[in-house]
Amino acid sequence: MTIAPSARQRLGGGEAAGPELLPPRELRDIIETVLRLAKSTVASETEVHVDEVADALTRFANNGIHQNVFEHSVTVSVRTVTGGRTARATTNRLDEDSLRGAIEASLSLAHSEPRNPRLLPMPGKQRYHAVNRFVKATAALTPEDRARAVRLACDLACKKGQVAAGIFSSGQSQTALGNSRGLFATYGETHSQFSITMQEDPAASWAKADTPDVREINPQKLAERASEKAHLAVKTSELAPGRYTVILEPAAVLDLVGFMFYDFAATAVEDKRSCLNNRMGKQLFGKNVSIHDDVFHWLQKGAPFDGEGMPRQKVLLVDRGVPKNLVYSRASAKLAHRKPTGHGFALPNEYGEAPMNLVFSGGESSVEKMAASTDYGLLVTRLWYIREVDPYEKVVTGMTRDGLFLVENGKLTGAVRNFRFNQSLIEMLGNVELMSPAVRATGEESFEMVVPAMKIRNFHFSEVTKF
Amino acid sequence: MMLMWDLCTNALDTAKLRGASYGDVRMMHLRQRDLTTKNGQVGTLAQSESVGIGIRVLANGAWGFASTDRLTREGVAACAAQAVSIAKASALAKRNNVVLAPENAYVDSWQSPFRKDPFEIPLEAQLALLLAADGEMRKVKGVTLTETNMQFRKIDSWFASSIGSRIHQRKVISGCGIGATSFQGEEIQKRSYPNSFGGQHALEGYELVESLELIKHAPMIAEEAAALHSAAQCPEKFGTLILAGNQLGLQIHESIGHPIELDRVLGQEANFAGTSFLTLDQLNKLKYASSIVNVVADARLDHGRGLGTFAYDDEGVPAQCTDIIKDGKFRGYLSNRETARFIGLGRSSGTMRTENWNRLPIIRMTNVSLLPGTWDYDDLVADTKDGILMDTNRSWSIDDRRYQFQFSTEIGWEIKGGKKARMLKNPSYSGITTEFWNSCDAICKFDHWTLWGTPNCGKGQPMQTMGTGHGAAPARFRNVRIGTAFSKQ
Repeated sequence: MTIAPSARQRLGGGEAAGPELLPPRELRDIIETVLRLAKSTVASETEVHVDEVADALTRFANNGIHQNVFEHSVTVSVRTVTGGRTARATTNRLDEDSLRGAIEASLSLAHSEPRNPRLLPMPGKQRYHAVNRFVKATAALTPEDRARAVRLACDLACKKGQVAAGIFSSGQSQTALGNSRGLFATYGETHSQFSITMQEDPAASWAKADTPDVREINPQKLAERASEKAHLAVKTSELAPGRYTVILEPAAVLDLVGFMFYDFAATAVEDKRSCLNNRMGKQLFGKNVSIHDDVFHWLQKGAPFDGEGMPRQKVLLVDRGVPKNLVYSRASAKLAHRKPTGHGFALPNEYGEAPMNLVFSGGESSVEKMAASTDYGLLVTRLWYIREVDPYEKVVTGMTRDGLFLVENGKLTGAVRNFRFNQSLIEMLGNVELMSPAVRATGEESFEMVVPAMKIRNFHFSEVTKF
Repeated sequence: MMLMWDLCTNALDTAKLRGASYGDVRMMHLRQRDLTTKNGQVGTLAQSESVGIGIRVLANGAWGFASTDRLTREGVAACAAQAVSIAKASALAKRNNVVLAPENAYVDSWQSPFRKDPFEIPLEAQLALLLAADGEMRKVKGVTLTETNMQFRKIDSWFASSIGSRIHQRKVISGCGIGATSFQGEEIQKRSYPNSFGGQHALEGYELVESLELIKHAPMIAEEAAALHSAAQCPEKFGTLILAGNQLGLQIHESIGHPIELDRVLGQEANFAGTSFLTLDQLNKLKYASSIVNVVADARLDHGRGLGTFAYDDEGVPAQCTDIIKDGKFRGYLSNRETARFIGLGRSSGTMRTENWNRLPIIRMTNVSLLPGTWDYDDLVADTKDGILMDTNRSWSIDDRRYQFQFSTEIGWEIKGGKKARMLKNPSYSGITTEFWNSCDAICKFDHWTLWGTPNCGKGQPMQTMGTGHGAAPARFRNVRIGTAFSKQ
């Protein structure tokens, strides 16, 4: 079933869907009010962020809805500069007294710190490439729409003798950023997710989709996929830990490579906490691995500007296995005599910047073709509780979850007990044998990125668990 | 304050008019201050406040929740009506009607005790302390990155329910820590004090920061970070392990605290946080640990000023102490008013907690603590012929049913012949939860016991971050698998 909102005629979808977002003009009015109020203070420069979210999430377990929530909020965050010092204060109260209070709190914080010799003047007016990721059908989705989709998934589980758990979420958000030097930027988007775990004792499997356009989500299809894989996983055998050829579905790839994004921050390299220290320009990964950061990619999401309002640039991070470029905020760019790439976090902060829109080049294979080409290996649905063990060799640990399958002579021959892995991501990206085209992947450990499924040799599983 | 109660009553009245059979409301006002330094410069310098209302209702036997920061009578009434509409939508795909365990109505006001309001301490003094600690670490050769942080929160909550409760609570939470990182050759090593990932956090005022003496400890931490490069690699073997209290706190959190959450046990978290090996048939039967192990979930102030301390939970249930492991036997879960009946309880154990006004309360750890044992720390070391002491967490991971875990710590020390010997780098250990806890043969006494704060426990969808408390003293475990994380096999 593809979702067709019943109340799509009206943005917001009525009482149950919650209040509508503020008209964009009102966000600009809030910014102008703060800038006007700040003029009568000692602030030499002022920057204002206004963020509004209206998010709904329907949660189900044991074949029924058990939680169903909606939230709406508007926050105003003010950064002032005075005497070479800067600080931030945030409130969600929109009356003039509260906005004035935020300005004063920001100034009070700033006065308390030593002068910052690296602080740059705020940027002036910028030009942005337009991106449109606001889909009315998503904004109009109602709790009834979500409940009906959930009921179909739960009915399928009941029919199969399984137990369904998951979420169906939808929401909309908008952000506006302005400063006293004339910069103004605004962006809005919608988002939706459907995630389902099908349990057939003692096994479980999982499927998930994430998109700005809820009409692209097919809950029934996702439920069927998770259901089939859960059934396949009921009988498991135990394999010895060791090195295996693995086929990682996109969600598994995402949750691993998601641990590398901050290493491409110029500040992380400057701080010597990046795995790229002394490794830029060297053949670090396989020649089949190229990575961009590209907020404009059609499968990506997010604002086309950074925390200071600088336009995001498309950046080639890895070219055929060689780390080529980092991303820069204005401050780190000045330090490195480079141009800012539009990846800075809102100031003040100690982390600088990060690429948030990774896009892998991918390949032409598929999970099915990868399996067909494998004599002996493991198909990994999803990974769980991934944590960094060694920051320089980029060793991460974690568990397989919700469907680990043995592939023998090109065919899926059964399920196996879940493994713990301890794997260097640098080594892993040097051992990629095949890739599918990159897709918009969604997992639970990393934010969404555009990554392929991968067939990888010598993946290191160190221990096995009880199920 | 009257305005808060008026809006809460307005919300409950509207929910009832719209068809809710039960409702509860949390209006919350959070104030937070964050200070960090890096390499002698101020990093984050920010203050925030957030105020709003979250309304939870039962209608047609199902839950609905809506929240807003539009705190007018109209805004709150619309939010309450929306919560009821959402509950009715939930009923379209409900499994059973929600049934709540009975609870009394309470009218009360409570404030967590503190001696020094951190928001009244001059910012200049707070930054000066952090910059001084930062400076001490930077004096040490080989240190390539220094970081310090302080975080303070003041949370007011007004809870009202349709059974007549009106509870105001104010909590003051403080936290701070320092860290030194050293990059040499092809290795990054780090040491933190008094704990990693932000240090120590507690339901205390600025007195917590003063008690931790950050400046005094800064040189040692920095020296250890630099020295780790030349330390011996932690061996790979089965052996005796002594865990420092800060690491044991996280071990308790992951391998006891999460598995006992009854929502997880009942499958409500199956899609995200996972389930639990502690199925209902294990209660009062499973030998969870060795007979010297006693664990409680205690939210009462008597237990200490931890991140899991309060007077009432976010469902209006008074703070309680529940036996979790008694003399090694598994005795109890963390429950709420909806799930208590599934384990035969007539009342919730009072563990419903919410991150903020815009989040639904869910079952969370309170202070899940290992009660002190009988050993003096020096005696424990002297009694250990061959072992490894591991201190301060570096990484942590456990499977989605909470069986198999792996932890690594920032630093290790060889114990040889009852004495602390050489430093070890890259220490790690792994195991199966019940096997590990059954191997515990010594726990240090109260003199060495600290109620550690874990400020960053993630759970729920949408994700909520919660602070939990874990009392622990150093303890010893036998025949533990050591060194796997860095195995080159």
